[in-house]
Amino acid sequence: MRSAWIICRRELDSYFSSPIAWLLLTLYSVIFGFFFWNYLGDFVIEGIEMQMSGQMQPMNVNEQIIRPLLANTSFLGLFFIPLITMRLFAEEKRNGTIELLATSPVRDIEIILGKWFAAILLYCMILAFGGINFAFVFRYGHPDWKPMLIAYLGIVLQAAALLAVGTFISTLTKNQIIAGASTFAACLLLWVFSWVSGYDSSSWAQVLSYLSVPVHYESFGRGVLSSKDAIYYLSVIFLGLFFTARSMESLRWRS
Amino acid sequence: MITVKDLTKRYARTTAVDHISFSVAKGQIVGFLGPNGAGKTTTMRMLTCFFPPTAGTATVAGFDVFEQSLEVRKRIGYLPEAPPLYLEMETIEYLRFVGRLKGLSGPDLEKRVTYVLDRCAIADVKNKLLGKLSKGYRQRVGLAQAIIHNPDVLILDEPTAGLDPKQINETRDLIKSLAGDHTIILSTHILPEVEQTCEQVLIINKGKLVATDSVHNLQARARGAESVLLEVAARTGTFATSPVQARLEKIAGVSRVALKEEFQDSAVFEIEASKGQLVRGDLARAIVESGWDLNELRPSAMSLEEIFLQLTGSDSAATVPSAEPPPPAQAPAPEAHA
Repeated sequence: MRSAWIICRRELDSYFSSPIAWLLLTLYSVIFGFFFWNYLGDFVIEGIEMQMSGQMQPMNVNEQIIRPLLANTSFLGLFFIPLITMRLFAEEKRNGTIELLATSPVRDIEIILGKWFAAILLYCMILAFGGINFAFVFRYGHPDWKPMLIAYLGIVLQAAALLAVGTFISTLTKNQIIAGASTFAACLLLWVFSWVSGYDSSSWAQVLSYLSVPVHYESFGRGVLSSKDAIYYLSVIFLGLFFTARSMESLRWRS
Repeated sequence: MITVKDLTKRYARTTAVDHISFSVAKGQIVGFLGPNGAGKTTTMRMLTCFFPPTAGTATVAGFDVFEQSLEVRKRIGYLPEAPPLYLEMETIEYLRFVGRLKGLSGPDLEKRVTYVLDRCAIADVKNKLLGKLSKGYRQRVGLAQAIIHNPDVLILDEPTAGLDPKQINETRDLIKSLAGDHTIILSTHILPEVEQTCEQVLIINKGKLVATDSVHNLQARARGAESVLLEVAARTGTFATSPVQARLEKIAGVSRVALKEEFQDSAVFEIEASKGQLVRGDLARAIVESGWDLNELRPSAMSLEEIFLQLTGSDSAATVPSAEPPPPAQAPAPEAHA
């Protein structure tokens, strides 16, 4: 696994020496900041209105800011994940550096894990940049940090699953734009599969809605560690990486 | 060091490499020569474990490229046709990355990085981005990357392609200086490169190996018997070719006289002598004594270029010289390419 870590570090260096990482960090901070500002504004106005009308009800930072904010921002991953994974293998194939990796004394699975892990770490950094906003909530309020941590764990698991899908798609082409667009389409479909449960309750619809990614975030978002949902994410991760490995193998046999 | 037996690579419709067998001894430089698309890169990719062969076996340092691929990869340095560079990295950073990937670490890694920076003359660009380097530097960084872990075997795919003449010479010298410590296979479609750098040549065409021999033997074989080009002119008056030809044919040891070119007052003949006969002195004397002028006399050795065309041309099948053993008379001839 030493090699996986070497590859992971190179990937991260490469994200940060090109403008990609900085651009994603900036964009996420701006968008997340705007979301945060809106939720906080609502919360403050509600508080003032209650004071003026004299009807005091208990207000909860966790329930009124953190939970809806994180649930709504988890979909930002849809846009950021394809941008992170599209270059992972496509760029190596285009530049010919894949020949260096594939002829080095490194197992394919180490290459794949290294790249995938670098993508997760970058995504965590992006989340952390957005998370800085919560410092204000903790400074002026007393939210419970445990459900927030579990919600973040859910977001990371969800991202890790979609990043594995994106990693796989990136092995299929030399063209980063094709990889990015296909990953976006795949993630979007996985996102909206649950819509069918709105009008259909056949077993087919149930399967589709089980495959849907955000369905499994709900319990994490409520602050509940659900092993059933964690297993869903872990299976998507496993399948994604498994197909990536098969795809790399076929690259060797076909090319 | 390298043993290849019946190595074959088939794609859906084409056979890129067709039952190639050869072996390379430790410390040798072998040139892999062939026109574009002959299967050179495919063979190299099989040797470097980039992809597995369809049939046949290859072993590097005693390890099978398919069964013990990781062991082989530890012992091989590979420079693909396009140097595999991460353009957004600095030279030294890149070399450290490749070194780590090949299993180096700590002070060993730093020592090797310093060594290859120096050896490949790229120390002056060590903090530059690879994307900003010129073609020659990129090629040398590619070479540095291949030797960083001090591999037993170096496989270089067209190491001088796209370089200017000065860079080509520098790269060739560098490669030559690496032989001895490393066993080297380099591919090229440039013939003088093989003549200058390699001890042994493998000529490959349409996926098949058409000749394996030393550069010197190949030249000798293709030449067979001695042949000489001779330009004769009239000293005075008019010049006729037939008396000259008749006179030359009478010389002992001459087996064939052919008129190559005819000018107004001179003509060029090609003379072939029977094996083992040196007739140049007799030719010169006969011409001068008969009252003609001898303008030029030179041996017409076949260049590797001609051998190559002869071997890889459409009518090559019948004239493959490797089918017969080399004539012993040619063996002690002086080394023309030092």
